[in-house]
Amino acid sequence: MSESSMPLPGRLPEESAQATGIYTFGNIVAVLHDWITTVDHKKIGILYILYSLLMLVAGGIEILLIRLQLAGPRLHVLPPEVFNRLFTMHGTTMIFFVAMPIFVGFANYLVPLMLGVRDIAFPRLNAFSFWMTAFGGMLLYYSFLGGTGLQGAGTAPDVGWFAYAPLTEPAFSRGHSTDFWALALIISGFGSIGGAINFITTAFCLRCKGMTLFRMPLFVWLMVVSSILVILAVSPLTAAQFMLLIDRYLGGHFFDTQAGGSATIWMHFFWIFGHPEVYVLIMPAFGIASEVIPVFSRKAIFGYPAMVAASVSIAFVSLSVWAHHMFTIGMSAAGNAFFALSTMIVGIPTGIKIFNWLATLWGGKIRFSVPMCFSLAFLFQFLIAGLTGIMLAVAPFNWQLHNSYFVVAHFHYVIVGAILMMVFAGFYYWYPKVTGRMLDDHLGKLHFWLFVIGFHVTFDVMHIPGILGMPRQIYTYEVDRGWGTLNLIVTVGAFVQAVAIIIFVSNLLVSLFRGKIAGPDPWDAWTLEWTTASPPHAYNFDVEPVVTSARPLWDLKHPDDPD
Amino acid sequence: MSTLPISVPAPEMQLPYKGRVAMFTLIAAESAIFTIFVVGYIYYIGQSLSGPTPREVLDLPIFNTIFLLSSSLTIWLAERALVRRAMSNFVAFWGLTILLGAIFLVGTAREWYKLITVDHLTISTNLFGTTYYSLVGLHALHVIVGLILLLAVFVFALMRALRPEDTKRVEVLALYWHFVDCVWVIVFTVVYVIGR
Repeated sequence: MSESSMPLPGRLPEESAQATGIYTFGNIVAVLHDWITTVDHKKIGILYILYSLLMLVAGGIEILLIRLQLAGPRLHVLPPEVFNRLFTMHGTTMIFFVAMPIFVGFANYLVPLMLGVRDIAFPRLNAFSFWMTAFGGMLLYYSFLGGTGLQGAGTAPDVGWFAYAPLTEPAFSRGHSTDFWALALIISGFGSIGGAINFITTAFCLRCKGMTLFRMPLFVWLMVVSSILVILAVSPLTAAQFMLLIDRYLGGHFFDTQAGGSATIWMHFFWIFGHPEVYVLIMPAFGIASEVIPVFSRKAIFGYPAMVAASVSIAFVSLSVWAHHMFTIGMSAAGNAFFALSTMIVGIPTGIKIFNWLATLWGGKIRFSVPMCFSLAFLFQFLIAGLTGIMLAVAPFNWQLHNSYFVVAHFHYVIVGAILMMVFAGFYYWYPKVTGRMLDDHLGKLHFWLFVIGFHVTFDVMHIPGILGMPRQIYTYEVDRGWGTLNLIVTVGAFVQAVAIIIFVSNLLVSLFRGKIAGPDPWDAWTLEWTTASPPHAYNFDVEPVVTSARPLWDLKHPDDPD
Repeated sequence: MSTLPISVPAPEMQLPYKGRVAMFTLIAAESAIFTIFVVGYIYYIGQSLSGPTPREVLDLPIFNTIFLLSSSLTIWLAERALVRRAMSNFVAFWGLTILLGAIFLVGTAREWYKLITVDHLTISTNLFGTTYYSLVGLHALHVIVGLILLLAVFVFALMRALRPEDTKRVEVLALYWHFVDCVWVIVFTVVYVIGR
């Protein structure tokens, strides 16, 4: 047996952790100053997560208004131009200011803890990245207040989240709405790239003794893959946004169809970013699943190297599938065939991952705690999302359903049904580590069931109006189309999900004060973050750990049966 | 009798220097940005609806190219001098690198001045102008950033504040400079050879 300098959980020098806060003005200023100037990866991680939750509420309110407008035929809940602003803001917010930063937040908190080190590679770059992301979001939301103010939704961007040219050109998009969109994404894009550089560098250069690359927890591996995709995908978006701004401010002609520019090339540039972006988001979700499922099945992950290889190959293939978003622009038969096939190839490594998770569950002693419930829902829903994805990859089928609600249902199945599910699982799993208290189990189960039911009511049904021909981003529709009842059901489902989110947020707040004290290792888990106190000290580990396997904590608990 | 715990020493890992890894990652991101601008340039070759065309107005910047590319050599010599702690050699070669980079910038400025005043080509004239000024300008911007960083190191070296442990950092900066030079090879090929 090898000697390890790590203390077992429970044998930690307990600190009187809870600083008794005295709420004087000076104290509050000091605390605020501390949070704003912090370079500690844990605090920055929490900032990222709080910021994304705030944005989640904003994006959620936007979609509820949109769903009210679409609940029946010929409704006029919102003016049409406000409707356009809301769906643009909903998409942009949810992708860039909820899904991306929330995983960056998780990773910020967890990657150094999982690798057994005391901070991330570049703490100040890390703080810079967070504030860039935050300022990007503030700039985007300031657009609601600019111009004519909230009543007419200000100068919020109204060009859709993919902002197709030439609609974004100065001739067609007057005022500053599109500038807010482009600048917000450039600024937050710099933040994302900085974060990605940090994660890659931390994983390759900052690991505790004995932590070889193939002993890193899968969450770290998947964050590395996700970060590589950020580097290769967000940078092209930044470049394309600069081109757009050159068009808008310097009179350039990149996407100006009147001067020989091409609207198609914007589509290419956007989707070269846009498709890998999906994998930027799903990789950390895979990572959380690969941490949660083994722990709650009481088995080591099945096929660790295959999981890593599958993730890397998904990332690799995902860089050459972008034009499946553009089958209807009229590509050559060879182009259609290439992008259809490359898209379907993604299904192979993804299938490997799903089977590995199933094999981990197989014969395990499954505990149906809240994180596990969300993970099981994730497995099922991600499978369906993948299947509709394969359907849409077939070019002729895509020609029928392009830009319909079927597509909307498909990608929400991925983003809500898979990614958001794993975000919730991650919250329930790591909340005890971050706060020292457990999230309430009953509220958690209630949240889980309400959300899953609401999710299926909304997004299962949403496929049908799509097949019936309802296009996305339309303001309203006629009575005789027969979409009314279906849309009403979708809207009801959306509100059920909203109630579930309210329960979730109140659980986060209530458990902060009333939750059961967690202790360092409430789930009997195996990765390094559970060896230290909950919440961890500023320096993470009292002694720098030394590991000899992929499950260091298992080795410590079972010295007779090391991994 | 007391026993010592038998310890299998963990395999010593040589972890790479974090600055190097971060710089390579940054270079990957920058390459992606340049790729988009280069693809945009190639896509729009010959698509302008009005003149002037590249063949009419662009001259091969041979001397400029030689100056910039030789700065890669001088910065490499400077690095070698720094490793040997031959500080006067380092200062000489490092200063030469800055000089070569600055000459390149002056050359670009003269080229742009001629294009704007003589040929009346601006960024809004036609597609060629838009793509040309964006791509060459983006590269020149990287040269400027590089020069500022090189200049900072130069000042540190003159103040004798360059410690031995800073060598790694200087090498990371040199990596960036090599990248900027490599990009010029591509920009040169695309703009002045293929596009003309």
